[in-house]
Order: sequence, then structure tokens, then C-alpha cells
Amino acid sequence: MNSPRSAWLFLAPALVVLGVFFLLPVLGALILSLTDYDLYALADIRNLRFVGLGNYWELLHRPLFWSALGHTAYFVAVGVPLSMGASLGAAVLLNSPLARCKPLFRTALFAPVVTTVVAVAVIWRYLFNTKYGMANYLLGLLGIHPVDWLGDPHWAMPTIILFAVWKNFGYNMIIFLAGLQAIPPDLYEAARIDGASSWRQFRHITLPLLKPTLLMVAILTVSGYFQLFAEPYVMTEGGPLQSTVSVLYLMYDEGFKWWNLGSASAVAFLLFLIMFAVTVLMLKLSRHGEHPDGGPA
Amino acid sequence: MSPRLMKALINGLLIGGTVVALFPLLWMLSVSFMAPGEASALPPPLLPKHPGWANYRELFVRAGMGRYLLNSVLVAGAITALSLVFNLMAGYAFAKLRFAGRERLFQALLGALVIPAQVAMLPLFLLLKYVGLVNSYAGVVAPAMATVFGIFLVRQYARGIPDELLEAARIDGAGEWRIFVQIVLPLLKPIIVTLAIFSFLAAWNDFMWPLIVLTGQEHYTLPIGLASLAREHAQDSELMMAGSVVTVLPVLLLFLSLQRYYLQGLLLGSVKG
Repeated sequence: MNSPRSAWLFLAPALVVLGVFFLLPVLGALILSLTDYDLYALADIRNLRFVGLGNYWELLHRPLFWSALGHTAYFVAVGVPLSMGASLGAAVLLNSPLARCKPLFRTALFAPVVTTVVAVAVIWRYLFNTKYGMANYLLGLLGIHPVDWLGDPHWAMPTIILFAVWKNFGYNMIIFLAGLQAIPPDLYEAARIDGASSWRQFRHITLPLLKPTLLMVAILTVSGYFQLFAEPYVMTEGGPLQSTVSVLYLMYDEGFKWWNLGSASAVAFLLFLIMFAVTVLMLKLSRHGEHPDGGPA
Repeated sequence: MSPRLMKALINGLLIGGTVVALFPLLWMLSVSFMAPGEASALPPPLLPKHPGWANYRELFVRAGMGRYLLNSVLVAGAITALSLVFNLMAGYAFAKLRFAGRERLFQALLGALVIPAQVAMLPLFLLLKYVGLVNSYAGVVAPAMATVFGIFLVRQYARGIPDELLEAARIDGAGEWRIFVQIVLPLLKPIIVTLAIFSFLAAWNDFMWPLIVLTGQEHYTLPIGLASLAREHAQDSELMMAGSVVTVLPVLLLFLSLQRYYLQGLLLGSVKG
């Protein structure tokens, strides 16, 4: 048996790092969000005043906060289902006994995941260039007029969503693939003997058995997508007409461009609260869905 | 649908998906060898007329890309090495060493995962400013020296080590540190490789925190340097594609050579509870 002292010595370095560089700052952010910490306080801490919930109150009355939240919600609400759909589709194809060269396809489809967001966002900026971009050229071949992808406030966010789907779908594809491989093949065998079509097999065997995986992936993807920042920073700088300013983009600008660290901390905390509420809601809804007939929906 | 048609459909869709996944990356590589201005033409050219290294030369000689590359290697290397040591020690302690409150502490750490990292960034910046670490390598490395994910991954794997092995070593009079180094670490080799690529890729690709804490060009990592170049040279697609190649190629090659370990870690990490 080891002595407790030795256990704590093994834990100490990691716990000190997490404590000093994460836990302490999180508590600090809570306090900071209740103050008017700004450029003047940065120069001289005596200028700091406690404002209670003032920052939160002001944010809730600021149109830019609501539009940033709206853009982020748009990105999550459209981006997550599209990403998960692409992941699941790719996983089902890869899992099919009829598919060939599986390892090759899997590696190729996964490749965008390991790339650097900034670098591939730069690529997409050129591929979706209005005049010389490949996207508009291909659409032109089909007789469709060029779209001002990143310059039109209506198209900028959809373009970023498309980019995010391309960049991220491989990650969940691997998780879904593992989930699909865990489904016993004799279930499909029995369904085939009963004459069930591929679609019915997917609907009544694959989806119900994959449900726990789907829920976990949905929760992780939603919280990942709420943290949208690098894509608009590189592709649109928040524009055009601030149509791609996300909550974190607002926090970054507020904190590190205007040095309103108090109000920026309030933005961060509101984002955290919203993400937490959405996660709880998803867990509740999934449990609720199981009850009516006793079995999986 | 006949099985042959089905087979053609499935493989056709897979080929289509692969083209979509790889086209931007191959296009980047091709354009990086084009002459300045060559890519801005209709129809968009797919291959360079006279492939050359001019863009890379320009990047390294004039745009300071060599410095960014060096910074990225240093920062990602340091983060990988340090976080490996700290996460391995803590993960092993949570899996195999006995102490009061072990499970509760571990649950608390997992619970902290719901807090997005960005919440900590503003006070962390102030903290580092007061101790003089803003705009230094240490400012990027220090907060990444331990991760809950890494500790979790090591713990999952280390739980498979038989207790008898450790007890036998203790009876022989081996100290805890010696047991860890000589018995435990060799057994953890696969997870060490997995965790090493995960940490390296995450550190290499990280954007928001380095953007905040690195205020001077001399410390920029590749993503920060590339983002700032992209704002200055928005029109020079050939130059920017060469910059993207330099940024993406190292991690892509690392992934391709150690793919098995990476995917294994991805699955281990996602099976929570």
C-alpha cells in the first residue's frame, strides 16, 4: 500500500497547474464580471469599482450582444445537425460491407480534422472568392450566378457553417463508426429475413441502438460550436455588417480591443450559463423521449 | 436495388466525399507553387504552369515564417513534454494510488469540463501580466501544462495495471517514484504515444489563447503569424497558400504516421462514464 503523501506528490504538479491557471481565473472572472475593470483600472487598480450585476444588466440591453448571441445560435442550430448528418452518413457508408478500401477512405475523410483552423480557413477564403473562387466557377458551369459568399451578410454565416461541417465531420464520423460496429450483425440478418428495407433497418435498428452515442456526440458538438471564434476572425473579421460576430468574438473585442475586462467577463459567463442550460435541456429532452412507450423512441 | 448498383452507389458516394475532403488541401498545395497572381484567373487553374519555390522563399526570407515555425515547434514541443509528465503522474495516481477523497476529487475535475476555457482567459491574462509572462513562450505553455482530458485518458488506461505487480515491487522495497518510472511507464507506452500526438496537435493548432497572450511578432506561433499575414496580404493567394502548407503539413504528416494511436485516443476520450 502506498502512503497518502506519495499520492499527493504525484497529483501536485497537475493540480497546481489546473488550480492556478484555470480554477483561480474562473473564480476571478466571476468577480471581474461584477466590476467595471477597464483601461483606467488596468493603469491604476484604485480606479476599480464594484458594480454588482451592472455589466450583465447593460449587456442584456445591448443590441450587439443579442445579435452576437443570435449569430452563434444560428451557427449551432444549423451547423450541428448538418455536421452530425454528414458524420453519420459517412460512418454508415464506411460501415457498409459493400464499401471498398475502407482505411483509405477513412483517413481521407478524417484529414480535415487534424488541420489548423486558421490555415484551412484561409484556403476557404480563396475557394469562395466572389470573382476567382472555385465555388462560383463550378456554380457558373451550372448556370448559377456568382454568390458573394463572404461579402454578403446573408451568405457569410452559411459559408462559415459549410466550412465548419467540412472541417469537423470526420471527428464524429469515427465515433459513429465505432458505435455502428458495436451493433450485432445478426439483428440486421433477422430484419432482412423479415424483408425489411435498408431504410427501415436504419430507422428501426441503427438509430435506436445508436441513441446514446448520438446524444453524447450532440452535447459535445453543441458545446464546441458555441465556442465559435477563429473561423469568423480569419474569414470575415466579424463582418460584413457584423453579421458573423459570435459571442466569443464579442468577448475578444470587448476584452482585448477595448479593454473592458469587466464587461467581457460578463459575456464569458453568460455564454457559460447558456451552454450549461442547453446541455441540461438536451439531457432532459432525451430522457423524456424514452418514456411514452417504455422503450427507445 | 440490385447489389451491384448498391455497391457502385456506396463507393461512388465515398469517392465523392473524399474529393470534397481533400480538394481544398490539394488545391492549397498546387497554388503554393504558382507564380504571384497566377491563381486569380478564369477558369481557376488547377496546376501551376511553371512550379517554383518562390512563395516559400518569400515567406521565409521576407515574411518571418521561419521564426513562426521555430516558435510553434518550441511551444508545441514544450507543452507536449510537460503536459505528458504532469498528466501521466496525476492519471496514474487517480487510477492506482490510494488516498482519501480520490473519487470525489476526480469527479470534481470531470465536472470542471463543463466550463469553457474562454471563461478563464481574461483573468488569466491579468494574472500573467502581473507576473510579467505576457508575450513570452511561458505565457502560452504554462496554462497548458496539465489537462483534465489528459488525466482522464491516462486514468482510463492505467486502471488495467494489476495491483499485484505494484504491491510486489513495494514488498521488494522499491520507492513509489521508482515503481512509476520502471514499471508503470513502460506499461503505459501506447497511451503515452496517443497523448503525445493529441497534445502536440492541440498545441500546434491552438489559436485564441496564443492570439491573446502573444502581443509581439517575435513570439507569434504559425496560426497567429498566418492570420496576421492573411490580413496584410489578402490579395496574394499564392503566398498565403504556401503559408498554409507550412502550417498544416507538419501536423498532417504526424497524423498520417501515427494515425492508429490518434484514433484510439479519440475513442477512449469520448467514452465518458
